[in-house]
Amino acid sequence: MKSTLLVGALLTAITTAGAFAQAIKLADVAELSGGGATVGTNWKNGIDLAIEEINAKGGVLGRKLEVTHADSQSNPGVARAQVQKALDAEPYVLLGPGYSGSVKVTAPLAAEAGIAQIMGGEAAELTQAGNKFLFRTSFGQQSSMPKVAKYIHDEMKAKSVAVVWVNNDFGRGGRDVVVKELDRLGSKVVADLSTEAGQADFAADVGKIKAANPDAVFVYLNEEESARILKELKRQGVTAPLMGETTLIGQKVIELAGDAANGARGHVGLTTDAPVDLIKAFREKFSKKYNYVPDHNGLKGYLAVYMVKATTEKMGKVDSKAFADTLHGLTIKASEEPGILMDVTFDANGDIDRQSFLVEVVEGKQVVKQVLPKVK
Amino acid sequence: MSNLFDLLVAGLATGAIYALVAVGFTLLWQTSQTINFAQGEFVMLPAFLMLAAMHAGAPFWLAIILGILLSMILLGLAFKMLLVDPMMRHGVLPLAIATMALAIGIKEAVKQFFSAEASPFPSIVPTGDISILGHAVSLQSIGVLVVAILAVLGLTTLLNRTSLGHQMQAAAQNPTVARIIGVPVERMILLTFLINAFLVALASLLITPIYLAKFSSGEVLGQAAFIAAIVGGFNQVRGAIAGGLLIGVLDNLAASYVSTQYRAAVPLIFLIVVILFRPQGLLGRAEERTV
Repeated sequence: MKSTLLVGALLTAITTAGAFAQAIKLADVAELSGGGATVGTNWKNGIDLAIEEINAKGGVLGRKLEVTHADSQSNPGVARAQVQKALDAEPYVLLGPGYSGSVKVTAPLAAEAGIAQIMGGEAAELTQAGNKFLFRTSFGQQSSMPKVAKYIHDEMKAKSVAVVWVNNDFGRGGRDVVVKELDRLGSKVVADLSTEAGQADFAADVGKIKAANPDAVFVYLNEEESARILKELKRQGVTAPLMGETTLIGQKVIELAGDAANGARGHVGLTTDAPVDLIKAFREKFSKKYNYVPDHNGLKGYLAVYMVKATTEKMGKVDSKAFADTLHGLTIKASEEPGILMDVTFDANGDIDRQSFLVEVVEGKQVVKQVLPKVK
Repeated sequence: MSNLFDLLVAGLATGAIYALVAVGFTLLWQTSQTINFAQGEFVMLPAFLMLAAMHAGAPFWLAIILGILLSMILLGLAFKMLLVDPMMRHGVLPLAIATMALAIGIKEAVKQFFSAEASPFPSIVPTGDISILGHAVSLQSIGVLVVAILAVLGLTTLLNRTSLGHQMQAAAQNPTVARIIGVPVERMILLTFLINAFLVALASLLITPIYLAKFSSGEVLGQAAFIAAIVGGFNQVRGAIAGGLLIGVLDNLAASYVSTQYRAAVPLIFLIVVILFRPQGLLGRAEERTV
């Protein structure tokens, strides 16, 4: 009897110890190939870097973090299948995707499973559907586009604006908000041009912009297409100032567009050129590990993991069901959790509030012209 | 209509690339009844071979030569000997499916061994514009157009004006009779594969500075060139050229004068119209089929 009890006690001890040592499993679904490969690769590398750092310091509540990466191929249909597969494995938190269209079709699955989804999509509509499990790593378009429109109207003094956007959920969402805001401020949209993801030839689109002779051009395309249109705008001699968002003045765009990126301006929620010491340190660590300077997606992936860490430590337990409740309304201070890089607050919709930046490309480099404060 | 000239030049430059790729479709079809669905990836790969050579320290000119030579070995010789010849005996459909698998294989290999991200690629033509009839025309567009025209002229001269070309045409039109009159048919077919590999390497060199080097860039290109080949006439080199130029120009004109939103649909609608009213393509010849 004694020996049976002893064996039972030992087994319990081993099982319990095993449970304590068990890793916290995260699932990432990202655009590792297809049109969004730049987005997904940066996002994934950011995640891996954060996990490596956290695990090197003992993990979260004494447990290591583990992540599985799946490729959405930049295709919402594939993303949905991959997310379903990831959720079937019951991860603690779901990370990704980065494309708004993919987030839109996968968010209901995560919500149904009761798993928090920390994603990179920026389409305004994503967090307006009442989903209590969806969280952003960057501004939604409803926060960023009013700032963009205000800058075009107030700072660029543009009375007429050409708007060129990519015909997907991301582009359409941004276009809708910016056009509405420009109209409200009194700047007239004189050309409203939809383009295709993966489009190579922008001669006709730029010809139309040139014919409309606007005071400013708002460009809202994915990174590679941004680089192509910048080249074509330069080639056709469009001199109107160019304004965009993060995807117009990202590192990859500058690398691909070369000289043509000079002078482009954009509002960015995140940039590795931000005058913030913790971001500078992140940039150095990332560049050292991967041999290139990350774009904002690298920051987003990194932050997503630190959001998991800070929220879990706030709860004091690993509880995927309580995770979303805890993150809503949470303010994470960079002084307490340096990995979060800047003070950040999450509202009841999962939207984010923090400082942002006004950037211009000068001689092939992002230069931060203004730091914009938190909205609230 | 002030930018019509610019649109035509840009459209012709893009169309010339489609034409180069489409010619490959027709060449392989004529000589070996092969539809190569990896043709777009064949255009993507040489750019990465050249980039790899440059990363290894080769200057651009040497990388170009190495890229073209390697393309001819991999996409001409090896493609024929390792895939087309063994699959051919199973019929056209299995071979076509095998080329689809090859397309996926090339894409995944480039993604795995190089990068999933786009990379810039140097241009053999200087960037900048020249003024023609008061219009600023991109040197790159002119360069693409000129090189493509020269390549196609060279090819048509080879086919129509030389003994080698006549032998190639004889091998394409009737291999049995060609063999009887002493044409080395197998060698002629291999030559066609090598010419196709050279053309795709050339197209890669011309188009990658504009499209950027990316593992997935062959998808759009292969589709456009396939449409161009069908529109122009799958069994005629000159048809493929006309089809390529037409699709390039039509795409730009549709984007400018119809709608940018539906530009991708325009070539497809054009394709359907052509197939409905002239199934052999605009310049193709109707082929009799015995049953």
